[in-house]
Amino acid sequence: MSDSKDKDSILGQAGPLLDSGQTIQSVGDKVTSVIFRKKQPIPWFVVLGIASMLLGSLTLSVVWLLMKGTGVWGLNIPNAWGFAIVNFVWWIGIGHAGTLISAILFLFKQQWRTSINRFAEAMTLFAVACAGMFPLLHLGRPWVFYWLFPYPSTMGVWPQFRSPLVWDVFAVSTYLTVSVIFWYTGLIPDLATMRDRAKNKVGKIVAGIFAMGWRGSARHWHRYEVAYLLLAGLSTPLVVSVHSVVSLDFAVSIMPGWHTTIFPPYFVAGAIYSGFAMVLTLMIPVRSIYGLKSIVTMRTIDNMAKIMLATGLMVFYGYLNEIFFAWYSGNKYESFMMLNRMTGPYALQYWMLILCNGIIPQLLWFRKVRQNVISLFIISIIVNIGMWLERYIIVVTSLHRDFIPSSWDNYAGTIWDWGLYIGTIGFFLFAMMLFIRWVPMIPIFEIREIIHAKTKKTLGTEKKP
Amino acid sequence: MSTDQKTSIDFDPMGRPLKQPVVQIFSASETSSKRIKKPLKLDKVREQLSKTEGKEFWQSLEELADTQEFQELVKQEFPQHHAAWDPVNRRDFMKLCGAGLALAGLSACTKQPTEKIVPYVKPPEELIPGKPLFFATTMTVGGYGIGLLAENHMGRPTKIEGNPDHPASLGGTDVFAQASVLDLYDPDRSQSVMHQGRISSWDHFVASMTGLLADKKGRQGEGLRILTETVTSPTLAKQLQEFLTNYPKAQWHQYEPAGRDTVRAGSKIAFGEYVEAIYNFEKADVIVSLDADFLYTGPGHIRYAHDFASRRKVSAQHENLNRLYVAEGTPTVTGTSADHRLAVKASKVEIIARHIAHELGIIENRGSKIKDHVEVAPWLTAIVKDLKAHQGRSIVIAGEQQPAIVHALAHAINTKLGSVDQTLYYIESPEANPTDQNESLQILVNDMEKSEVNALIILGSNPVYNTPSHLGFAEKLERVEARIHLGGYANETAKVCHWHIPEAHYLESWSDARAFDGTISMGQPLIEPLYNGKTNFEILSVLNGKGGKSSHDILRDYSKNDLKSGSFETEWRRTLHSGLVKDSAAPQKKVFLQIDHIQKLPASQQEGLEIVFKPDTSVVDGRYANNGWLQEVPRPISKLTWDNAILISPITADGLGVNNEDLVELTHERRTVQGPIWVLPGQANDSITVALGYGRTRAGHVGNNVGFNAYTIQTAHSPWIGSNVKITHTGKPFPLASTQAHHSLQNRTKAGKNRNLIRVASRDEFKKHPDFAQHPHGEHIPPADMTMYKKYDYSKGEQWGMVINLNACIGCNACIVACQAENNIPIVGKKEIGNGREMHWIRIDRYYQGDLNAPLDIHHQPLTCMHCENAPCETVCPVGATMHSQDGLNQMVYNRCVGTRYCSNNCPYKVRRFNFHQFSDLKTPSKKLQRNPDVTVRVRGVMEKCTYCVQRISAGRIEAKKERRAIRDGEIVSACQQACPTNAITFGNINDPDSEVAKLKKEPLNYSLMADLNTIPRTTYLAKVKNPYKDLGKNTKHEAQNSRHI
Repeated sequence: MSDSKDKDSILGQAGPLLDSGQTIQSVGDKVTSVIFRKKQPIPWFVVLGIASMLLGSLTLSVVWLLMKGTGVWGLNIPNAWGFAIVNFVWWIGIGHAGTLISAILFLFKQQWRTSINRFAEAMTLFAVACAGMFPLLHLGRPWVFYWLFPYPSTMGVWPQFRSPLVWDVFAVSTYLTVSVIFWYTGLIPDLATMRDRAKNKVGKIVAGIFAMGWRGSARHWHRYEVAYLLLAGLSTPLVVSVHSVVSLDFAVSIMPGWHTTIFPPYFVAGAIYSGFAMVLTLMIPVRSIYGLKSIVTMRTIDNMAKIMLATGLMVFYGYLNEIFFAWYSGNKYESFMMLNRMTGPYALQYWMLILCNGIIPQLLWFRKVRQNVISLFIISIIVNIGMWLERYIIVVTSLHRDFIPSSWDNYAGTIWDWGLYIGTIGFFLFAMMLFIRWVPMIPIFEIREIIHAKTKKTLGTEKKP
Repeated sequence: MSTDQKTSIDFDPMGRPLKQPVVQIFSASETSSKRIKKPLKLDKVREQLSKTEGKEFWQSLEELADTQEFQELVKQEFPQHHAAWDPVNRRDFMKLCGAGLALAGLSACTKQPTEKIVPYVKPPEELIPGKPLFFATTMTVGGYGIGLLAENHMGRPTKIEGNPDHPASLGGTDVFAQASVLDLYDPDRSQSVMHQGRISSWDHFVASMTGLLADKKGRQGEGLRILTETVTSPTLAKQLQEFLTNYPKAQWHQYEPAGRDTVRAGSKIAFGEYVEAIYNFEKADVIVSLDADFLYTGPGHIRYAHDFASRRKVSAQHENLNRLYVAEGTPTVTGTSADHRLAVKASKVEIIARHIAHELGIIENRGSKIKDHVEVAPWLTAIVKDLKAHQGRSIVIAGEQQPAIVHALAHAINTKLGSVDQTLYYIESPEANPTDQNESLQILVNDMEKSEVNALIILGSNPVYNTPSHLGFAEKLERVEARIHLGGYANETAKVCHWHIPEAHYLESWSDARAFDGTISMGQPLIEPLYNGKTNFEILSVLNGKGGKSSHDILRDYSKNDLKSGSFETEWRRTLHSGLVKDSAAPQKKVFLQIDHIQKLPASQQEGLEIVFKPDTSVVDGRYANNGWLQEVPRPISKLTWDNAILISPITADGLGVNNEDLVELTHERRTVQGPIWVLPGQANDSITVALGYGRTRAGHVGNNVGFNAYTIQTAHSPWIGSNVKITHTGKPFPLASTQAHHSLQNRTKAGKNRNLIRVASRDEFKKHPDFAQHPHGEHIPPADMTMYKKYDYSKGEQWGMVINLNACIGCNACIVACQAENNIPIVGKKEIGNGREMHWIRIDRYYQGDLNAPLDIHHQPLTCMHCENAPCETVCPVGATMHSQDGLNQMVYNRCVGTRYCSNNCPYKVRRFNFHQFSDLKTPSKKLQRNPDVTVRVRGVMEKCTYCVQRISAGRIEAKKERRAIRDGEIVSACQQACPTNAITFGNINDPDSEVAKLKKEPLNYSLMADLNTIPRTTYLAKVKNPYKDLGKNTKHEAQNSRHI
């Protein structure tokens, strides 16, 4: 314990991994109590209520869209893409935190991740689900969306594999599949705990079915560990690949501002940035409402803030890089685009983006800011807004004034654009609330492993669990 | 008795079935009685009995067997138990329905007279389903005939082309001709004879007219008046003459709102008689337009555009540029084609004309000196010098909105310079009765006021709407006892008339008219009148007591005198075939200038803010207000759609404190109207222009309440130019829909920098560097093979390409509407234009050059799909809905398109159009008839764009294959190319070195748009060469140096 404490202080780690006094029993109690408690706390009902209303907005927006066509949105020629693509990229980006936390941090044996990985993974799933809605709905004829899949059609036609939109289909569907499997695999031991602790028959049966007969035998544990490691290995490239492919939607085109090689890494950094921001936005209130502060400790929060700072800096570097190359390349279209981005009709959004994503997050350099959940919460929301603005700027400023001045036109979302967007936020929150209510949001067994390891350490028998 | 059949019968409010007669005719009992009764089979009865259980009673063996015969017996006995018809008789019902319809046709018992129309190229017996036929016909614009060919698909006219044999067309068309086919199928057209607001019939009308005329006959037609528009039709003229002979005290008035009173009056002043000048722009080296938009309006404008442009085309070997000076108030198609355009108040044009005349020694100019007009002086000096240097090879032409004196001066100048019989000649006016129409209208109005008019027959015009409001035509019309209106629409005038007769569209009627040069042109119907429309021939025939005669017979009878040579039948057929009477152009007329008259006329005065009324470039005087194609085609310079606006220069707008899209109140001669402001660079300062023809209330669904009605402030005494107009801001905005956003001109310097979209040089510069278009500054063209993908070998077979000659393009929009008609392109309406979702496959971009306050030049650039060899759209489509064909077409597969719109994003030329909603009208039946059957009608959610008229390419290829030969150059023409009056567009096989297009592509002027993107577009442009006058050219040349990059 003392060793690790020294190491922590050297690395500037804030606080312990887990609050002292947590036992194997108490962790189980704490986490399962969220599910088995008689009544959910009031904030849960409030959020669920708002989310349901927003779900209504989602339904309405989708129905109206399908009735009338994409013309209900603010799209035009030249702005053939708008909110739908902005929101798609935004949600996909948010999804990245989950996979990163559960896969990459797992492989790097970052133990602080354990308390948030389940939560972040669930968030990933729902964010990807939200993201997935947009490419479908933004089609002119959404009912033939399956033409984007390579299936043996009687017409003998295949998708056009040079198009990044086809790569998107593969990237996003793979990502969703792997994320679901990974999330579920990690959930199995905890489902068994739920089954064992369930107070009624229905709960026992449902949890029992999903626990797939987990008994916690050594063989089970062995296979589980291997499977989880393999899945983590499988997911790791996905963290990088998905958003790289999404960025190719832009980078492959010839549009000024889109056609740039920095996009893949810049998008991945942005994705992780926004994902961590979203985890913080959600985790900070949840841990205080459900009294999980002792499990999701300040150290975890602090680490997340640091990752946010790091990725935020990468993103900011991306912005500067874009400006530099617009000038350095000598490309007249590129330099006009950049100038127009900074001074044209969307200058306000651009400078807001720089403020939100580049300037304000610099506060995270200060330990005091990182230690203050309120300031962190506010910054995380600002980053979420900033990341949305970033995609808006990328999509709109390149399209609205491209090559031929005669076809230039401005873009603005309509009420249906906003309706669909906040509708997906509603869907996301709704799903998150159900998740909190029905699934152990913190991996019980992994926390127990940490406690087990700690206990062993204090007893002097240092062996891996 | 099945229930769904029962519900299929409709009942009237009294509960009686509406289809009663049908029910009686097809009652089952009658049909069944004819059936042979089949013998009853006892084994069947037994079988039925064996199935019964318990106590079941039966009445007869037939009932037991449940045979058809029994069923029918029941029906006969108890018909109320049975449906009016039962399922068994459905087929019979259909049969009888068909028979009934056929018999109904027979019931008239008269054989319809055969009225043979003669196809242009192929006789009717060659009619092959799916193959269009072309018929020559004639459309009138402002009374003057334009010879056209109408494409007929299985009896439906779908597309208009120019008649290459006709002097007013030479194969070219204008927007009005192209859009006219849409009017034919307009569901808002008047569909029945109306009498006092109720549906009546033609026979009733004829009877009523006979009564009226019998009454008038005794009084020699006193109080009987006919109001027409300008008449050039020889047949109608003869009919009117006959009528006036029969009723000597009757009067014939003519009024054309977008008329040519000033032109007529000008010739009267200059020569003492009404004559018409016919210009030969092919011969003119120097042309001075005094506010004349001769390339877009007026008789012969299509021909004039053709002739003018023939002198604008330059190549490395051949250069014979003419020079055009234009002085005008508001930028027009002609002004933008000028080498030296001078934005000047319309009222100042007279001063310019007087000064030129003075300098040439024609008149003594007692008024101001040239020096007094600083802004005009250098321009004027140059013109005078240039005119003097080109005696006999120049044309001075005055605009229809200019006062008569300017026309007279123009005639005098032309005469003085010896241009008569060189670049222009005079003919007797082709009009049947040239009069001062303004005066004619005022006489009519005064007589109506004095209740001296008992019966007014209005043929085709809409005076309640399109006369200056202060005349009070509508109120005074109420004093006329019998008001009769013939018109295509139940419009404003029809509403206050007792009788309204639907007028047949020109594609439905037999007609004749004279072209600008006097050529008699014949109009054949392409289709039976859709709504029983009548022609003015038929009305006049009724007035002449010859009711019941068809237009065909009337035209034939009256034509007998004109078609003299050979047998009439042969000549008639030949005339219809070619669409014109051979050698009927008016002979040259000797005229004598009367300088004294001109000299005597005082200079007109103008002060304050000037207002100029102009017929609109789309709806003219309001007659095309319900034509969606014309409403939606961007106005040539302002690029506005669906509205008129108060056009104002940036400086004047600043001075008045008004801005774009401000709703202002316009006060002129104590009358006011509200309209939106549109700031238009190139507009003269202190002068505003408003277009007539808007603000209609009974135009139809499309044209009602579009724009504001400028007739409300127009005055009869000075219809075109007014002074002392006041503008007051209402504080309200009024959004306008423009297809080319305004900011692009304000940011022009920043935005257009180094894009080299328009490449232009002066003639001298071109001579020094014929390849100036090839090396624009800042363009780095990558090697053509620099692509990730395997390059396709385009060196074999036909490879389609296009060249657009920017020197010849005048920006007249004919191509846009032609494309719309050919390719079933929908209109989207003002709101969607405002949203930036117009659907035109070809657009004409407008670029300003020079200062915002005084633009040096305005350029037009038609833009279609470029059919890039390295098409950026193709690589990004996820489903392969846009692909390249081996003959180099970038194809769009509508069926495969899922609508990701990625292709549009990746198109640097932004020529792709997306169906954001269901824009094509799939419901209105009459609109379906207009559609080109060779082109798919697109649905919601798919992308579309220019196809190079792939349907025409296919048709040409099939034809060539059948004849086992290669496709000939010029055999396949795209719709835009065919419509273009100036032949600015050339299309063909670029692999054929002898083809026109391949030759043009070798010209040094040929350049690709944004070649640095390596898209390798198949459509290329020929750079502009301007011909500035050397003394005026100094600053121009300097600008031209910079201006190569726009």
